Amino acid sequence: MRPTRSQILPMVFLTLAACASDPVMRDGIMVNDPYEGANRRIHAFNKGVDARLVAPVARLASGGGESRGNAQQMRPADLVANVGANLSLPGKVVNHLLQGRPGPAIRNGFRFAVNSTLGIAGLFDPAGSDFGLDEVDTDFGQTLARWGAPEGAYLELPVLGPSTQRDAAGRVVDIVLDPWNHVLTGRQAVGVLGLRAAGKAADRARFGDTVEGVLQGSADSYAQTRLIWLMHRRHELGEEGNAFDPYDAIEDDDAVIDPYEE
Amino acid sequence: MRNSRRGLLALLAGAGAFAVLPGGPALALDTTEARALIETSLTEVHAVINSGQPPAEMYRDFEEVFARYADVDVIARSALGPVARQIGAGEFAEYRQAFQGYIGRKYGKRFREFVGSRIEVGEARPLKSFFAVSSTAYLNGRAPMQVEWHVSDRSGRSLFFNIIIEGVNMLASERAEIAAMLTRRGGDVAALSADLQQAG
Repeated sequence: MRPTRSQILPMVFLTLAACASDPVMRDGIMVNDPYEGANRRIHAFNKGVDARLVAPVARLASGGGESRGNAQQMRPADLVANVGANLSLPGKVVNHLLQGRPGPAIRNGFRFAVNSTLGIAGLFDPAGSDFGLDEVDTDFGQTLARWGAPEGAYLELPVLGPSTQRDAAGRVVDIVLDPWNHVLTGRQAVGVLGLRAAGKAADRARFGDTVEGVLQGSADSYAQTRLIWLMHRRHELGEEGNAFDPYDAIEDDDAVIDPYEE
Repeated sequence: MRNSRRGLLALLAGAGAFAVLPGGPALALDTTEARALIETSLTEVHAVINSGQPPAEMYRDFEEVFARYADVDVIARSALGPVARQIGAGEFAEYRQAFQGYIGRKYGKRFREFVGSRIEVGEARPLKSFFAVSSTAYLNGRAPMQVEWHVSDRSGRSLFFNIIIEGVNMLASERAEIAAMLTRRGGDVAALSADLQQAG
């Protein structure tokens, strides 16, 4: 689902105004979660939404639970996911330019051009499969990181899921930056928004088992989601710590686990 | 003065001789061997994924691959944290066995989503006391994923002890998970082991 301003803005202001509690090392990473109480309540809500709404729809879209024998075969959900991903490319180009990274901007620009034409409005991905032009993901949260803004506290946003203060602010700016919101009006804009939301849902369908495994299968799904999301996001932004060395006796405050040193 | 210099030379020569001894502890594992271990394990994982067996048998096969190429002992110990040092050998062995089955099922379920994908093993490089082997997973219609493997010979054999998928560290997330499961059982490791036999 796409964020609306009324959903996000109060959240951002609420959290940006807040003080910082001390970040702590937990399971090999720095965790800065002063709003854990509120975040956990939102997490419980999101988990319910996922179980009752997102997962059943995703299962329908992926054409039934166990029948994913031949992965070469394109399913309708994949086409929807492709269209959604293609529509998000112009916004990514803008962000890459703001980050001063013309390489990925050009790559995503070509990708958009190829898939919108040869790929029939983004239904297919000839840019990736035939030209080796894979998507380079980015957003304004990354732009902020690139500009030196600190990560801020961990947040779990309603429906949208895990984020940080920096990324939540980035999401708001992304709505403003997205070229579609400037060239399209009225019904067209709603159409694009709907397609992109459907694309996100279809993406969720592809890795449904993994998401469900974490959300419904963990003893503490909040802590597990927070840990996995922060590790992944920091990796994406090039902000991860060192490797974890479980072979090391003393756990230094980095992320390489050396079990042999314990 | 001269004596001590000669002594130093002898020491250096000795160290050199030691270093070239085949199977010397410092040289037991190198980048080639670390890379080969990951190649072999991945080949076996792929064979299981594409075998078309029913899930339960697939998970058992994954568990076997895991037991053969991973340092299950140190992974299980690290996931349990400081508690691992406070329990008896028997209790630990029971937990370790349950943990191994849990990993086979949990990661086996994830691997099933990777049908039709391929993984290319890249470079190996020394990192801290071990080696990191990079690899790239190519999934249908998705941007390639970076998967890093950490390999060590500190157990006496060359085995992997951590997998990092796009920054997500398996050892770290299992630590959090096992800690949460143990808390739920009020710190009772035997109860945790019983839960692990069902989990995953």
